Amino acid sequence: MAKRIDVKDLDIFYGDFKAVEGVSMTVEPRSVTAFIGPSGCGKSTVLRTLNRMHEVIPGGRVDGKVLLDDQDLYARTMDPVDVRRTVGMVFQRPNPFPTMSIKDNVAAGLKLNGVKNKKRLDEVVEKSLKGANLWNEVKDRLDKPGAGLSGGQQQRLCIARAIAVEPQVLLMDEPCSALDPISTLAIEDLINELKSQFTIVIVTHNMQQAARVSDQTAFFNLKATGQPGRLVEVGDTQKIFSNPDEQATEDYISGRFG
Amino acid sequence: MSTVTHVGEESTRAKAVTLPDMGGKSSGRAIKDQAARIVMWSAFVIACVPLVWILVSTLLKGGHMLASVDWWTLSQNGITARREGGGAAHAIQGTLIQGAVTALMSVPIGVLTAIYLVEYGRGRFAKAVSFMVDILTGVPSIVAALFIYALWVTTFGFQRVPFAVTLALVLLMIPTIVRSTEEMLKLVPNELREASYALGVPKWKTIVSIVLPTAFSGIVTGVLLGLARVMGETAPLIILGPYTKSMASNLFDGLMGTLPTMINQDRTEALQPAVDRVWGAALTLILIVFVLNLLGRFLGRFSKVS
Ligand SMILES: Nc1ncnc2c1ncn2[C@@H]1O[C@H](COP(=O)(O)OP(=O)(O)OP(=O)(O)O)[C@@H](O)[C@H]1O
Ligand SMILES: [Mg+2]
Repeated sequence: MAKRIDVKDLDIFYGDFKAVEGVSMTVEPRSVTAFIGPSGCGKSTVLRTLNRMHEVIPGGRVDGKVLLDDQDLYARTMDPVDVRRTVGMVFQRPNPFPTMSIKDNVAAGLKLNGVKNKKRLDEVVEKSLKGANLWNEVKDRLDKPGAGLSGGQQQRLCIARAIAVEPQVLLMDEPCSALDPISTLAIEDLINELKSQFTIVIVTHNMQQAARVSDQTAFFNLKATGQPGRLVEVGDTQKIFSNPDEQATEDYISGRFG
Repeated sequence: MSTVTHVGEESTRAKAVTLPDMGGKSSGRAIKDQAARIVMWSAFVIACVPLVWILVSTLLKGGHMLASVDWWTLSQNGITARREGGGAAHAIQGTLIQGAVTALMSVPIGVLTAIYLVEYGRGRFAKAVSFMVDILTGVPSIVAALFIYALWVTTFGFQRVPFAVTLALVLLMIPTIVRSTEEMLKLVPNELREASYALGVPKWKTIVSIVLPTAFSGIVTGVLLGLARVMGETAPLIILGPYTKSMASNLFDGLMGTLPTMINQDRTEALQPAVDRVWGAALTLILIVFVLNLLGRFLGRFSKVS
């Protein structure tokens, strides 16, 4: 199920502005990779190139390669819609569809792609909500609007929605930044469970979170303001947090800047 | 315990400091406040006077007409200005038919244009379209009517039929629908679109299944408000849709009475039965527009975007 990601010499642009330069890294299947770094260094930008969400923004384009198990995501023959079916995404702010019930939110990805079989949909809804640790809280009100849940529940609903289409990879852009500590913990536990099935990449500003959930950590930084962001260092989370190769990484992690 | 005392002390001290200041209420600031208040209230009252006046006088002079069943069921067929009786059913029906047909034509064009402008439009062409819509918004109804007259009658040599009226009304309604729909679509958060793309849903499907349902009640509100405005338009009717006293429902043949032309027809009559009918028709028109407005506002409350 889970797939490996290889990023090779990736440059990312917003129109003429080069936001990120020369990123190369590998993400192993069934592992959690954390992106850390100061604000504006391009973590979200890199994350969004991994499922071609970057090109949704006018002027957004990339140079370089992103391989998913040796398949080039940016190959001419590749349909971005198919890429996004394979590589799911959870956003910073919970964004359930306001017109839909809890159940329909979870089933949205399948329904909108033409799955009609009610029994199958019900099964997927239950499985995904269980997978997102939300089933027990909402099983009696599946037909109520998704927007009526608490922030933390909404975020787990969004995770359920993302895993319902059974992607190979799950991207998360600061999924806990709008949540309280308890919901955050719930989502971190969830990430630990999900990694047995998915390859996960998570952006976070929370060092402890990166240390707690990830196997591998990538530190991004800007050379200087106005310069493109770049990948400073990537390696085992343990190593990055205890004995990084770069001085900048150590400074950032120990809170000396950023 | 000590913090509580501390807070108490703080607030007492704050009061002691600010109280003398607040005593200065009789100073210039209070007078300015009072003056501004009076100016605002008078402006509000002045703005309301004509509105209330119109409502009260139409109600007083036309209200009794609407109270009879005949008004809603009969036409003016065979009834002269000096005779009482008959109703406005032909005009009500005409206004509703023309309004519905106008909406039927304008809504798809207007909504699709708005979708293009908000969801797809980039660059020159979109700017040009948006500019055209702006121009269309500013076209006076009589110009729209004369344009359709030139096209329909002068160029194509067709008869003046009710359908030509609806064409002119479409010209007037499209820009209001485009603008109101645009506003509603822009209110749909981009995050919802991205959430849908991230599920592997194609863009067109995202628009149809996520964006439009989210903006739906707002779009309907805009359509109803636009319709309410267009139903009272008179210039296209006078130029393209002569009045008739009898029931008519064929858009492509003959004449069709409407409330604005019914008013226009009898407004120069001095005879009481005709005068009553003018007021009755005016009140009916106000009522229809009012109901459309209310319905629009009511549906607006179900909006998923704010
Ligand atoms: N839509 C956009 N259009 C143009 N430039 C953008 C856009 N989004 C981001 N950028 C620029 O790209 C660079 C990287 O931004 P990005 O959002 O990836 O940073 P980030 O590391 O995710 O920051 P944060 O931690 O604050 O979320 C920044 O210089 C930013 O100004
Ligand atoms: Mg970001």
